[in-house]
Amino acid sequence: MAVTSEDMSILGTRVLRSEDPRFLTTGGVYAEDVVDERLAGACHVFFVRSPIAHAKVAGIDTSEAAAAPGVLGVFTAADLADLPPIRPMLPSMNKAMTASVLATDTVRFVGEPVAIVVTEERYQGEDALELVDVDYDPLPAVVGFDAALADENLVFADAGTNTLCKFGDAGKFDEHLFGGCEVVVSRTIQNQRVAPAPMEVRSGAAVWGDDDRLTIWFSNQGAQGSRASLAGLMGLKPDQIRVITPDVGGAFGAKFGADPEYAAMAWVARRLGRPARWTETRYDNLMAMSHGRAQQQQVTIGGSRDGDIQAYRLEVVQDCGGYPRIAAFLPSMTLLMTTGTYDIARAESAATCVVTNTTPVGAYRGAGRPEATAAIERAVDLFAAEIGMDPAEVRRRNLLAPFSEPHQNGFGALYDSGDYVGALDKVLAAAGYDELRREQAQRRERGDVVQLGVGVSSYVEITGAGMEAGEPHENATVEVHPDGTATILTGTSPHGQGHATAWAMLASEKLGIDVDKITLKWGDTDLIPEGGGTGGSRSLQQGGAAVQQASEELIDLARQRAADALEANPDDLSFDVDNSGFAVAGVPDATISLAQLAEREQLLVRTVFTAPGATFPFGAHLAVVDVDTETGKVELRRMVTVDDAGFILNPLLAEGQRHGGIAQGAAQAFVEEVVYDDDGNPLTASLADYPFVSATELPSFELVDMATNTTYNPLGVKGIGEAGTIGATPAVQNAVVDALSHLGVRHVDMPTTPQRIYRALAHPEESK
Amino acid sequence: MKLELTVNGAARSDDVEPRLLLVHYLRDVLGLRAANVGCDTTSCGACTVLVDGASVKSCTMLAVQAAGRDVTTVEGLVPAGSPEGELHPVQRAFREQHGLQCGFCTPGMVMASVSLLAENPHPSEHQVREGLEGNFCRCTGYHNIVAAVLAAADALDSGGAHADPASQAVQA
Repeated sequence: MAVTSEDMSILGTRVLRSEDPRFLTTGGVYAEDVVDERLAGACHVFFVRSPIAHAKVAGIDTSEAAAAPGVLGVFTAADLADLPPIRPMLPSMNKAMTASVLATDTVRFVGEPVAIVVTEERYQGEDALELVDVDYDPLPAVVGFDAALADENLVFADAGTNTLCKFGDAGKFDEHLFGGCEVVVSRTIQNQRVAPAPMEVRSGAAVWGDDDRLTIWFSNQGAQGSRASLAGLMGLKPDQIRVITPDVGGAFGAKFGADPEYAAMAWVARRLGRPARWTETRYDNLMAMSHGRAQQQQVTIGGSRDGDIQAYRLEVVQDCGGYPRIAAFLPSMTLLMTTGTYDIARAESAATCVVTNTTPVGAYRGAGRPEATAAIERAVDLFAAEIGMDPAEVRRRNLLAPFSEPHQNGFGALYDSGDYVGALDKVLAAAGYDELRREQAQRRERGDVVQLGVGVSSYVEITGAGMEAGEPHENATVEVHPDGTATILTGTSPHGQGHATAWAMLASEKLGIDVDKITLKWGDTDLIPEGGGTGGSRSLQQGGAAVQQASEELIDLARQRAADALEANPDDLSFDVDNSGFAVAGVPDATISLAQLAEREQLLVRTVFTAPGATFPFGAHLAVVDVDTETGKVELRRMVTVDDAGFILNPLLAEGQRHGGIAQGAAQAFVEEVVYDDDGNPLTASLADYPFVSATELPSFELVDMATNTTYNPLGVKGIGEAGTIGATPAVQNAVVDALSHLGVRHVDMPTTPQRIYRALAHPEESK
Repeated sequence: MKLELTVNGAARSDDVEPRLLLVHYLRDVLGLRAANVGCDTTSCGACTVLVDGASVKSCTMLAVQAAGRDVTTVEGLVPAGSPEGELHPVQRAFREQHGLQCGFCTPGMVMASVSLLAENPHPSEHQVREGLEGNFCRCTGYHNIVAAVLAAADALDSGGAHADPASQAVQA
């Protein structure tokens, strides 16, 4: 697409993705697809995983496996003793809760790697895995919040407790917080464990060079952060590792850093002196890739009978699973967003992180923020039900007034700009709220078997909070080539978001080079040593802003060189975007293009964009559900959403982000859940058992536009990647409860399955 | 075992292990790596290809079961010799409707959609959703995939059908 100055700016337009033709015709090149001469003759790595949630490893007999056809080696923790222990990330965390790449004397979740089998061919590995004989002495499994907090059985005997760390101190809660409130409602809410389940499982390939440097391809969200993580796991310096990120088949927070299996794969490659590959199965993925959410929340909300919310308290218990990973930080994000979009005079919150004999928990789309929104949005509905007021009206009365100067929320978050009432009113109008309430009243009056529920949520989230040390920042390099094409290097790491298109739009608009002549490169630490990767909805507001800044700086650099070439004063030069070149005022023939300048001397700028802080996108979601009061079946009929992320660079891409987020958020509310039995056996370890949301369970979504620009970057953009997930979950859950509220039901935990709804209808008093 | 079949219009003859899955034959023996493996339980559909024009999950079929049959993968959806950059109407609709993000489910999703439209050229939204229930996507929330299939149905209606070998194969 040619861009001329007479056209509207390309920014803000629906440019189709330049990524797509490749994905649609030959498919992406994911880690398992990588063909590279350095990987010729690669062996295949397999992990023997614990079938027991908590046990002593009494012995491992590898002899039969070692003798099987094609087996190149069988390794246990004793062999990997040269790899350093994996200690908890912060000094405040219980130091005894240390992990290792392979289990040493104790296994702590079903799926924990116990031994490695390496074979010439893939199918040989699957055969040989079965021949490793591990002798387990079972220990009592710690499953669930109560068991963890009771500290009767310990996941780490040496730790003396199952508590990993705390945020805030519930012991210092104000006993008078709810003093003066006419109405106080309190209840426990489950924000259940779910599986990120990217379509591409974990996969990688590793090879060591003659210079004793590791080159490793693997599926991740940021090569640079993953390199740092891998260096830690292997006891190497980062510059001894080159991480190359192939196409990534979805990540959703679960592919941050490097999981221990990648270190094991790299260790095998070094030990055997030949390249090694590893691709897990979906069973492995659902048992051993980090899960998300897994919070138990105690909410208490108080206020006046006329709808003024005066006090709110949130106590969180975070299930971190068998070993501390990113889950140990998730509650800090939850507490940061305690009061959400509301103006509440008195509020307090605290959290406790515990370990259990289950899969470790990590980041999942939203990572701590959806949990905060789910808690307060459910609490507001509980309060509304108690005082008998319409939940939308309660929200309108208690939302923060619109603001354009930063607002301190009292929990450490500085909201940059917001109009929460505006978002709520937009979503109510778009959905036809009053008409929905009329339909609901009619169905209730008729006593229909299928009742209508309407759920509303209001949210604000933090995006672009920074992935590397210091202020939020990201680097970009822009180079114009003599043939008139350009290359961009970015420290972000697209895995479906469409950066190749969006970043090219930003450079195109400045440089006058067509989008299809601009190539984006990312995900190679030798080429791009620094970068924050993609996550936390940071990429456009920092990485994109860096591309725009680099493009401007490139024009400045070129202007000086053009002035020299044309023997003119730089101030007399104008940059003509139509021709991607400079002209001298009043001298029609005196022109020189960026390409011509690049012919004379490399024309390249690397820059770092730094933001003054994180941004706070917001919105309001409305869900409409049908609930069959005889079968308990929920049908999600409509999802209407307002998601305000400031300026929208490419509506096509932004809508795609919203759609995906809404689907995952809704799925948590009424479909998906990771389930364990009391002994810690996973009951959802395949896609036949885990209720991964499908096309039949979702409607098409109704998106409403709203844009309140931020001043924190020249584009005015905030993050959009996680918004849908944050707003949708409580909207759908609230809708399900709303459908049953006239039958006395005040709460149904997620996911709102037929069983839970059936029970709530049979025993409505339990839901109060 | 000796395996003879047609893949994307070309006759193939290979010696394969009897237990070799069709998806691994396509990926590892033929180097056709668009079809992906996303699960172990025939749940996700990332490996969907056409066998004699009908969609099949190639992780649940042995390569030798395809003997004598005609396999089409997304790499072969546009006939060999077509102009550079030519897309099948379903592929084009996926691009224009932004029906893909990370791309991992896409080859299977496209082939399942081709099969769906061959069986039902004028599906309702509900029928598209039912028809794609066996193909998972984690990125798009299915919204734009459904839009793409409906748009492709319209495009095929208005004359794009000549470029659709699969639908012809089924209709023939």
